[in-house]
Amino acid sequence: MNTTQCYHCGNDCDTTTIVFDKKSFCCNGCKTVYEIFSENELTCYYDLQQNPGAVPKEIKGKYDFLDNETIIEKLLEFNDGDTQIINLYIPHIHCSSCIWVLENLHKLHKSITTSQVNFPKKTVRITYKSSQISLKEIVLLISSIGYEPYISLEDYEVGKKQVDRSLLYKLGIAGFSFGNVMFLSFPEYFEVSEFWLEQYKHIFRWMMFAFSLPVVLYAGSDYFISAYKGLRSKILNIDIPIALGISVLFIRSTIEIIFDLGTGFFDSLTGLVFFLLLGKFFQQRTYNYLSFERDYKSYFPIAVTRITSKGKEESTQIYNVEKGDRLLIRNQELIPVDGILINGDAQIDYSFVTGEAEPVAKKSGDKLFAGGKQLSGIIEMEVLKSVEQSYLTQLWSNDVFKKDKSSSFKTITDTISKNFTIAVLSIAFIATAFWLFIDNSKALNVFTAVLIIACPCAIALAAPFTLGNMLRIFGKKKFYLKNATVIEQLAETDAIVFDKTGTLTTHKENTINYFGSKLNHIEKSILKSSLRSSNHPLSRNLYHFFESEETITITNFQEHIGKGLEANHQETLVKIGSSSFVKNACEPGNLDTSVHISFNNQYKGKFVFKNAYRQGVSKVFKELNEYNLSVVSGDNEGEKVYLEKYLPQKTKLLFNQKPADKLNYVAQLQKENHKVIMIGDGLNDAGALAQSNVGIALSENINVFSPACDGILDASQFNQIGSFIKASKKAVQIIKYCFLLSLLYNIVGLYFAVTGQLQPVIAAILMPLSSISIVIFTTIATNLVGKKLK
Amino acid sequence: MSVIYLLLSVSVLVAIVFFIAFIYSVKKGQYDDSYTPSVRMLFDDELVKEKTNK
Repeated sequence: MNTTQCYHCGNDCDTTTIVFDKKSFCCNGCKTVYEIFSENELTCYYDLQQNPGAVPKEIKGKYDFLDNETIIEKLLEFNDGDTQIINLYIPHIHCSSCIWVLENLHKLHKSITTSQVNFPKKTVRITYKSSQISLKEIVLLISSIGYEPYISLEDYEVGKKQVDRSLLYKLGIAGFSFGNVMFLSFPEYFEVSEFWLEQYKHIFRWMMFAFSLPVVLYAGSDYFISAYKGLRSKILNIDIPIALGISVLFIRSTIEIIFDLGTGFFDSLTGLVFFLLLGKFFQQRTYNYLSFERDYKSYFPIAVTRITSKGKEESTQIYNVEKGDRLLIRNQELIPVDGILINGDAQIDYSFVTGEAEPVAKKSGDKLFAGGKQLSGIIEMEVLKSVEQSYLTQLWSNDVFKKDKSSSFKTITDTISKNFTIAVLSIAFIATAFWLFIDNSKALNVFTAVLIIACPCAIALAAPFTLGNMLRIFGKKKFYLKNATVIEQLAETDAIVFDKTGTLTTHKENTINYFGSKLNHIEKSILKSSLRSSNHPLSRNLYHFFESEETITITNFQEHIGKGLEANHQETLVKIGSSSFVKNACEPGNLDTSVHISFNNQYKGKFVFKNAYRQGVSKVFKELNEYNLSVVSGDNEGEKVYLEKYLPQKTKLLFNQKPADKLNYVAQLQKENHKVIMIGDGLNDAGALAQSNVGIALSENINVFSPACDGILDASQFNQIGSFIKASKKAVQIIKYCFLLSLLYNIVGLYFAVTGQLQPVIAAILMPLSSISIVIFTTIATNLVGKKLK
Repeated sequence: MSVIYLLLSVSVLVAIVFFIAFIYSVKKGQYDDSYTPSVRMLFDDELVKEKTNK
């Protein structure tokens, strides 16, 4: 086999190799991109990274909706009549070459002023002059060099996003104040009654006071708000002792410097807030470029082509599509609404809906469902239902999608903070009562000292750092979680529900079976040689099936799009394709994807394609033996016998499940007090994913669409699911050890506090020491756990 | 006036200048994308090389 790699995209050039400028290309598309680059002196693109490109796709007519002014207006980020700014999401951005070429767009067209790439978000922000270049032209330009933007219905609604940077401001202020206060408080740590120190300590102290004001009032404000909210809903959350600690620290320190009693605890106060915010910051950083909130809107196009009563084509916004309208769906376009096929040859790919990759053939009069993608030629359809009422999109009107899962979940920190708060308060009161009898001048001192030293900085840091780090480790192993809380939720689950198609099976591999009369060598060679010239995915699959055969010359090759192909070898005529094409008859009731063949119009048999199961499915199920396992499938019971043999005995198998049935099944398990993980892939699992405690979407390519979920798992890591769950259990274990460790620190601190000898310097040492040691401990422990993951 | 007041005010002033610079940079969105600039800064060199070759 020829193994030359395409200079542009890196694909194998196995059928046709085009040599241009001493470089080989796999197709004309790739060659054209190279030509565009070399004409504009942009060949540096290929120096930065090897084979960085993507094959430009056929997009004729796809972006006609960008002629529509109202749609453009909604998409633009900035528009002052002359200069426009647009932010486009481009899934293909993946390397430094991409950044380079997209930031040099002005070399391709002089009306593009600037373009700036945001790599983590995979977006490019283009400033241009609409008087000289339209948005459509820009989109076509960047598509022609292989960077097709992804414009969906979601962009249409969101409009201009506001970035929340308040945490960064708060962190900056806390860090700034912390540093300055440390400098100012340092001279007094050593308590030497020296002349100069006595002289100036007041100015030092008041400056510390000034620096800590913004920390308490602004940087720490979230803790007060959260504590207040907790109290109002009668929950003793972790922020209550923190807020108490901050306010006591501030008030006591202020009183101390007013009456010249001591230096106060401003150093500990600012340090505490700084560390806490650092923990928050650490936990907040997630995967910018992945979206976990997507619904059908991020998948549906903005506009479709409508055929008016006069027979004209016009581009119309999707929400304006009404029942009775006639729509034109081109090759590779998505069917946005339920409808009836009027004419044209429909090959519908429902993989986003069901996970089933093989296209389904439809003929005029058949019903088409929203969410399918047309794969061959142009079709016309009549609309039966509007977008929101279509079979698939209706699922999103279910209440599940309005519920916020994380708000109802009680984290391990919440659980412990309740007991902790009660314990701290009672120690404070008992110690105060005790000192009231012995020496009442010290009573108030002890009371405040207990609240200061018991401020649960270390406890509050344990969970964010452990889970934050675990999140990052999971990310490196291609398991991307929405937020850190998901790890805790994952550790608590005891039931797993799998989707079958696309989850347990993969559409990257097929098992091909042949049914019919036996084929001899020459016939196989003829088949292989004819298939070689076809680019249809089924032909490619079948071609590789005949890998060991020889190729021979064929003549009169003809491909009939959507039907099949025919070719001659000497006197033999071979026909390969759909049953209607090969033997002029449809096979009723057969849902399998198959390719039929005939020689000299004599029917031979058919090749049946079936999705292969992922490697290690059986091993994964064995590993998860202690869980309540089930498999739900939208398919018929065809595979039941096979699955029963393959999977552990107690696995529940459910077939013919509609999207809503899957949701209800998960809800049923939850009623039986199970905590459920749902693992699915298509839009039809979206309801079940939202209903489950942890919904994991399995994805062959994480940049492409996946339904709303709590985590996205790269399909190559499927057999690691067991290890991921185990690791999240260990993470929770680590948090518990941290709590023990920080309790030890608290006991030491409390000894000083209760006995009335808490010096600012002790607090200033103990507080950062406990926090830092907790952070070090969790980092080492989580990395050890992470090492065990493959 | 003692020199320590002068020193204190100067040091705080310098610190505040840097602090304002930080706030300004956050506001301008410099921290929104912490990866791309690191790649971008390497490009210019190669571009210059490209031109001098000709």
